[in-house]
Amino acid sequence: MRLSDLPRGADAIIDSVNDTASNDPVARRLRELGFVPGEPVRIIATAPLGGDPMAVRIGFTRFALRRTEADRVTVHMAENPA
Amino acid sequence: MTTLNIALVGNPNCGKTALFNLLTGSRQKVANYAGATVERKEGWFTTPAGRGVRLLDLPGAYSLNATSPDEAVTRDVCAGTYRGEAAPDLLVCVADATNLRLHLRFVLEMRALGRPVVLALNMIDAATRNGMEIDLPRLQAETGMPVIPTVGIKRDGARALLAQLDGTPPPVPTPLPPGTDLHAMVRQILADCVTHTTPLSDRVEERLDRWVLHPVWGPVILVVLLFLMFQAVFAWAQPLMDAIDAGMGLLGQQVGRLLPAGALRSLIVDGVIAGAGSVVTFLPQILILFAWILVLEESGYLPRAAFLLDRLMSFAGLSGRSFIPLLSSFACAVPGIMATRTIQNPRDRLITILIAPLMTCSARLPVYTLLIGAFVPHRTVLGFMNLQGLVLFGLYAAGIVSAVLVALVLRWRNADRREATLLMELPAYRLPNPRDIALGLWERARIFLVRVGTTIVSLTVLLWGLSSFPPPPAGATGPAIDWSLAGRIGHLMLPLFAPLGFNWQICVALIPGLAAREVAVGALATVYSLGSGTDTDQAAAQLGQMLPTHWSLATALSLLAWYVYAPQCVATLAVIRRETTSWRVVAVTAGYLFGLAYLAAFLTYHIVRAL
Repeated sequence: MRLSDLPRGADAIIDSVNDTASNDPVARRLRELGFVPGEPVRIIATAPLGGDPMAVRIGFTRFALRRTEADRVTVHMAENPA
Repeated sequence: MTTLNIALVGNPNCGKTALFNLLTGSRQKVANYAGATVERKEGWFTTPAGRGVRLLDLPGAYSLNATSPDEAVTRDVCAGTYRGEAAPDLLVCVADATNLRLHLRFVLEMRALGRPVVLALNMIDAATRNGMEIDLPRLQAETGMPVIPTVGIKRDGARALLAQLDGTPPPVPTPLPPGTDLHAMVRQILADCVTHTTPLSDRVEERLDRWVLHPVWGPVILVVLLFLMFQAVFAWAQPLMDAIDAGMGLLGQQVGRLLPAGALRSLIVDGVIAGAGSVVTFLPQILILFAWILVLEESGYLPRAAFLLDRLMSFAGLSGRSFIPLLSSFACAVPGIMATRTIQNPRDRLITILIAPLMTCSARLPVYTLLIGAFVPHRTVLGFMNLQGLVLFGLYAAGIVSAVLVALVLRWRNADRREATLLMELPAYRLPNPRDIALGLWERARIFLVRVGTTIVSLTVLLWGLSSFPPPPAGATGPAIDWSLAGRIGHLMLPLFAPLGFNWQICVALIPGLAAREVAVGALATVYSLGSGTDTDQAAAQLGQMLPTHWSLATALSLLAWYVYAPQCVATLAVIRRETTSWRVVAVTAGYLFGLAYLAAFLTYHIVRAL
């Protein structure tokens, strides 16, 4: 399941970040910002007018990302929410 | 002792700039890096032991693996390979103690540089408040560099850092083995050194964001904030502006009494005091506007506004990132256009630059205020709104709507369909620090007053000269200004602008407005005070009361419409040239703004007359 499929308030664990092209700068930056396998994430908000972009908390940091960016991140639902 | 070169590095939002302000106070210089359009902030201070330090505040970066021009500068200066910059003797890497999971990774990247590094663990007070306990000796051992707790917003918050600078210089850290997984290392360090006593969800951010980012309440809060901002600019500044205005009028009278009648008195009173005075009056409004923007920025609200507006901006083909440059453009298009550097997508950046001049900058406020004050009745509408404030809001809205339309046209003409990115940190909320706001405001006030003192005074003096010479021939009838050079230039321009309802006095005022929009007001004051003959002293102060007798309502509204687009600002065109290195973009901007201004003024004039 992709990060962009999660509803507001959902908790999940990151499985991987996938490049959409070779040397994808967005995927690289996501990894540098801490989107790495095993990290717990939570969807803290979705924007008005269609829920794009979404606000994600990872660790102590919150990021805003568009759904096309969140599509690169695959996750599974967390068993015991953080 | 030799001067120590220190570079401050760190993630965006680590509190680096607050620490920089704390260390250097007002001994700062802001310029650009040689050959790049990246802001370079440098400051100086002396340590308690008397050592001179030159401190460079490098642009915030998430990684040495740069993805923007700002990050590339940080990477190259840290590595000591930036042409024209001395390699730093010491890197002070700033990390927010409450956000170590993100910031420590960049700190560890520093170990590869082969330079002495000190880790400034900033906002250590907030970490304690948030229920975090950090084992400093262990953190020092595991990161391999001295760790110094700092509080950028407290008066003595950098004491430990200063003591470190006076002590023995730190060693160069050993580089990590190639291929080290930095995330895994950060996770290990956090597990070893940090204990949490409060769960994350109890944090202020969590509770505030539930409202601020809410799909319904979020936009409501945003609209209320922006509306308050515009009401404040118009209503709260008024007493201060009246005081400055009265002071300038008094000064003109006093000086007028001291000087003998003649060319010199006319120059000082009609040229310098009337011209510069009418512009200085707007200082309170400009400062209130900048104060709002600075507070919104420092508090961490602006990126959240960008989040809420991203979808809306994407209809215009832009991303939420364009919101911050565009909001700054309400203060002045120059810093706004410079702030577009944070937009990574080149197409988004170009469109943002092109529409930034449509955001009503503070230099247009003097013109708006003068005309609204003179022509729109001071009345309360719907019980709580001020009609004058409402008209002002409408003018701002006209600029925004036009910007959306222009952006859509530009996107439609541009075939580039590359992915538009947002990916933006929503930083922790912070109570804005009065010192940082004050320093920011002081910088703006200084720039504004220097402009008044140099450009605006010289232009008004030049205009006074053009309006006073040559004097009318003996026995001539009518106002003296009709015979002057300015009068002749105004009459020459008249055929072009008469369809807009402009008279030749407005045409004259448009010329110096090229260099700075707010000069148009001073220019009108000069033109009318010279034209009115007897009561020259009070002409500037009474400009607002005088205009309704000279202009029709249609002319006033037409001039307001003209100023929504106001193509004439040399500083904006110069910064566009510098930021895009293209004369074509400059020509396109000036051309389309002139066309829209002419069209809008033409329509306004004829519609109002027909009503």
